[in-house]
Amino acid sequence: MAECDRVVGSSHSMDKSITLPPDEIFRNLENAKRFAIDIGGSLTKLAYYSTVQHKVAKVRSFDHAAKVSIQEAASDKLYEISVQEEITARLHFIKFENAYIETCLDFIKDHLVNTETKVIKATGGGAHKFKDLIEKKLGLKVDKEDEMTCLIKGCNFVLRNIPHEAFVYAKHADSEFRFQNTHPDIFPYLLVNIGSGVSIVKVESEDKFERIGGSSIGGGTFWGLGALLTKTKRFDELLQLASKGQHTSVDMLVKDIYGGSYGSLGLTGDLIASSFGKSATADKEFSKEDMAKSLLHMISNDIGQLACLYAKLHNLSRVYFGGFFIRGHPVTMHTITYSINFFTKGEVQALFLRHEGYLGAIGAFLKGAEEDNPNQYSWGENYAGSSGLMSVSPDLNPMQRARSGTFPFDMLEMDRLERQLVNLPLLQDPSSYIPDTVDLTEDALAREYWLYCFEDALDGVVKRAVASQPDIPEATERAEKFRQKYRHKLQTLRHQPFAYGSLTVRSLLDTREHCLNEFNFPDPYSKIKQRENDMALKYYQKAVKSLEELSWEERQFALVRGVLAGNVFDWGAKAVSDVLESDPEFGFEEAKRQLEERPWLVDAYDQWIQRLKGPPHKCALFFVDNSGMDIILGVMPFVRELLCRGTEVVLASNSGPALNDVTNGELQILTEKIAAMDPVIQAGLKEDRLTLVQSGSSSPCLDLSRLDKVLAMVVRERQTDLVIIEGMGRAIHTNYYAMLSCESLKMAVIKNSWLADRLGGKLFSVVFKYEVPPGKPIPDPAALTPS
Amino acid sequence: MAFNGHQRDEESSDDDDDETPTKQPRSMKEMPGCFRNDPSNETATPGGSATPDRRTSNSTARHRMDSLKKSRPPFPWFGMDIGGTLVKLVYFEPKDITAEEEQEEVENLKSIRRYLTSNTAYGKTGIRDVHLELQDLTLCGRTGNLHFIRFPTHDLPAFLQMGRNKHFSSLHTTLCATGGGAYKFESDFRTMADLQLHKLDELDCLIRGVLYIDSVVSSGPSECYYFENPTDPERCVQRPYTLENPYPLLLVNIGSGVSILAVYSENNYKRVTGTSLGGGTFLGLCCLLTGCSTFEEALEMASQGESTRVDKLVRDIYGGDYERFGLPGWAVASSFGNMMSKEKRESVSKEDLARATLVTITNNIGSITRMCALNENIERVVFVGNFLRVNTLSMKLLAYAMDYWSKGQLKALFLRHEGYFGAVGALLELLNPS
Repeated sequence: MAECDRVVGSSHSMDKSITLPPDEIFRNLENAKRFAIDIGGSLTKLAYYSTVQHKVAKVRSFDHAAKVSIQEAASDKLYEISVQEEITARLHFIKFENAYIETCLDFIKDHLVNTETKVIKATGGGAHKFKDLIEKKLGLKVDKEDEMTCLIKGCNFVLRNIPHEAFVYAKHADSEFRFQNTHPDIFPYLLVNIGSGVSIVKVESEDKFERIGGSSIGGGTFWGLGALLTKTKRFDELLQLASKGQHTSVDMLVKDIYGGSYGSLGLTGDLIASSFGKSATADKEFSKEDMAKSLLHMISNDIGQLACLYAKLHNLSRVYFGGFFIRGHPVTMHTITYSINFFTKGEVQALFLRHEGYLGAIGAFLKGAEEDNPNQYSWGENYAGSSGLMSVSPDLNPMQRARSGTFPFDMLEMDRLERQLVNLPLLQDPSSYIPDTVDLTEDALAREYWLYCFEDALDGVVKRAVASQPDIPEATERAEKFRQKYRHKLQTLRHQPFAYGSLTVRSLLDTREHCLNEFNFPDPYSKIKQRENDMALKYYQKAVKSLEELSWEERQFALVRGVLAGNVFDWGAKAVSDVLESDPEFGFEEAKRQLEERPWLVDAYDQWIQRLKGPPHKCALFFVDNSGMDIILGVMPFVRELLCRGTEVVLASNSGPALNDVTNGELQILTEKIAAMDPVIQAGLKEDRLTLVQSGSSSPCLDLSRLDKVLAMVVRERQTDLVIIEGMGRAIHTNYYAMLSCESLKMAVIKNSWLADRLGGKLFSVVFKYEVPPGKPIPDPAALTPS
Repeated sequence: MAFNGHQRDEESSDDDDDETPTKQPRSMKEMPGCFRNDPSNETATPGGSATPDRRTSNSTARHRMDSLKKSRPPFPWFGMDIGGTLVKLVYFEPKDITAEEEQEEVENLKSIRRYLTSNTAYGKTGIRDVHLELQDLTLCGRTGNLHFIRFPTHDLPAFLQMGRNKHFSSLHTTLCATGGGAYKFESDFRTMADLQLHKLDELDCLIRGVLYIDSVVSSGPSECYYFENPTDPERCVQRPYTLENPYPLLLVNIGSGVSILAVYSENNYKRVTGTSLGGGTFLGLCCLLTGCSTFEEALEMASQGESTRVDKLVRDIYGGDYERFGLPGWAVASSFGNMMSKEKRESVSKEDLARATLVTITNNIGSITRMCALNENIERVVFVGNFLRVNTLSMKLLAYAMDYWSKGQLKALFLRHEGYFGAVGALLELLNPS
């Protein structure tokens, strides 16, 4: 049935004795507007939109800078950095037990400043029950929205905006949760919502969905029949009973009828032939656990079977399960998964959603926010403000948690991203693209190392954050808060590596960035980057001159070594940041000396040079990495050479700051400076053969499935046929195995001894990976030579 | 009984036919002891009589008669289907026994025939469904009556004991059996009753049985029927249906569990799917919920109960129809959904619970069947199996569900001999080995 989780739950005692922690829950309430509420059988989900004021670091070129020669400006700073307030939009979702509704409404009333809001969108079976209370407390008009519509809207939204939203559950695997890549096209899919009944909905597009079927045997049947059979009242207690039972004493199995398997049909002996078939007797007692287990199997199998029949009839392979019967319960996720595997022989996978419980609230919110057009933006999960996937153990029922005195709630926060994000058009197979090289959820050893590594580096990050705001006295306090927050995240991830989807080096880095931003450390490296850019710029002309003196072959090699040497400068890698901090004069030449001699750890240089002897590429897309030496003395000369060859270049840099990575804002200024000294770059810019674009990301890593729409457009227009990815974060932690539909070059220096060890190299080993997609032969240089 | 006990040795006797009758003592020797000691034993005759017949006969008619005789197994003719809950037995009682035959008939066989045909109940739990008896049936050139007998599978030991007491094994008949029990109890048949089972696949038997019974029933109540006006309880009546040109058809066998078959011809069928929510689930849950112990009791209770007190209906949630999705208010939204509430749990009767269980299981079978029919693109559905025995409630529900949810596209058909087709198929296998 359509209703989500309208269940006859426990009586809703209004607990007012609990004081809510205002810093942690209902954040940014002052600016909140557009409320929505989804009241289910036991949980309430509240949604609101608010704006968050952030400090952001902006760079601005001094007006005179472009005009004067480098000598004259030598003492001046290259550009000015100003910290500005920026207002960004954020969605807040909070989930708590119905018992706390009144407390929460009071809290909201007391803290809500914004008075524009007149209406609250409501959905869920309990919405009408609390209608009067909400209207009275908040003075808002309750506007009911159709549950199924909200559910689907919410589902579309999370599938589109949250990477690793969907997962496959595998009880006995090393990692129980197998997260799915965000599919570029989320439609069509089947949503099986298991509330008290079951609704099976086919979703074909944002606005087109149809309830194609359902079943009355659902969560309510498990609960109702279970309560009758076992005299156990609570849903989660029933699940707990079921998890301890043996269904074989109650169910009639194939082997009970056949004595073994039914070979000719391929039905194994352990298969259930008749649920409750053995209880058809008056003179035998059955244990509560066994009956609960049998009931759970019966219902899960039945739902699974119907879901498969509908999936088959409508030719759908993506089937998501939700509703209170599922809601993160490992027991039911397991039985449903088992059933789907059995009935489809593995052809269809049962998919579950991390934020399944929020779908109704998200959808109701979106319904109310249609005039803001939330769907035209891209949104990102804010790791700092979201609780992550909680391990919902039936052992810990809400009552027990309440008695322990803590206020149990769960949060999801999503930031509106400035740019709309899309796939890189050059991915060979967008649906199978996985940005991350190592899944730390599966690789326990690697997980251990990286969690330790990030924890170990925390002191340094805190120090740097404080140092970046020397004139602000409360920076120390904020930095401390940041430390606590991030350390807490790391601890959570140690116990629940799957809390935010697959754990990866990227997600650890991104979480750190989110936490820094949360405490208003928007760009701790801004001044360092400025200094290094300044320094490196002084050597640019000299570096270019010495390169021009080399023979063609020598120069190509020197250019590659230049990019690699530049890449040694990286504050993101602890081994390097130690050296940089103790010896700021660590020079470019010194870095070159540190580089591994050829043959490198991964060495496709010969193929690359062979390729360069052929016709020039049409257009190269270059994902750049660090500020300073890297971008100015490594990347720019390389770019210059490409331009000279007749290849157009698109330089893609981060939209927002992350570590010492060069941002698009900084790169704009740097490129202008370089253009002033270098006619090749100047001409490139002028003739539009050198283009700067932003990646849409603020991460030290790179997700090619979430890139700025403009970038994708430029890449397509320019007929890009070469993608260059530079740096450990973008070419090793991510994209090492990325398959592109054009030639690609991945260059990085391994600045982490553990990783080097893993890859079979050592510190400062070089990865130089040049790949040509299968079926696209490298143009033969000989063929172009006139005979 | 010219053929008594001989065909057991079919293979060797075929080979032996061209040999001199001196071989006969050997075949006698091979007969189990009790058989040889039987005073009316005529073991030597069959082999001897068959051999000269075949050698001397020249006319084709005679030949056909011979081959019919030859392939005809000795009496008694049984077909057996040992399911998870019930054993179904069909017995062919020859009515064209000649005086000569009568004389030759062994005592054991006579006693079995009399026992089965003169009683309608056997032991505490065995029952002969007299109303299903098919009279004047011609099978393999013999005319007689087909009897339909059932008893619970858990009483199989008592049945075997009876077989032992009546020296059933001395008759040397081939006992064709299907159903899971044919495999599970094979060794029990051997050790307890000295009987060798000829095991047969249950779905093969089921289909053979359905097609055969439908083809032979010409007089009396029609074998196949449907419900006219299924969605109008006032005007809903049972009507005969002629199942000629039956393919393709979906055959739904509701026993303890459920099997759904798509049948394209007698020999071309596939098991589409099955569900463990079947008759066994209905009875099992009813026993747990109401303390009853038999199917009849459970059905009786169900007929007096009201499922809407137990189930949560669409109108209980939406106050009426859920128009957005075309769901009528009377549709069940959540089976047993009202039982989530303590107060409602305390206010329902056992009869209500039995009714809700019946409705839940029946509707679920209806849903799965409907989906299979759509997936297989089949419009005719035949429901069989003992869950439907004396269960008009479920049949009408199925008829309703098929019609309503398919908007009249699907037709639910039922067969009078609902649970016996597997056993009939087993009997046919005995007479005409495929």
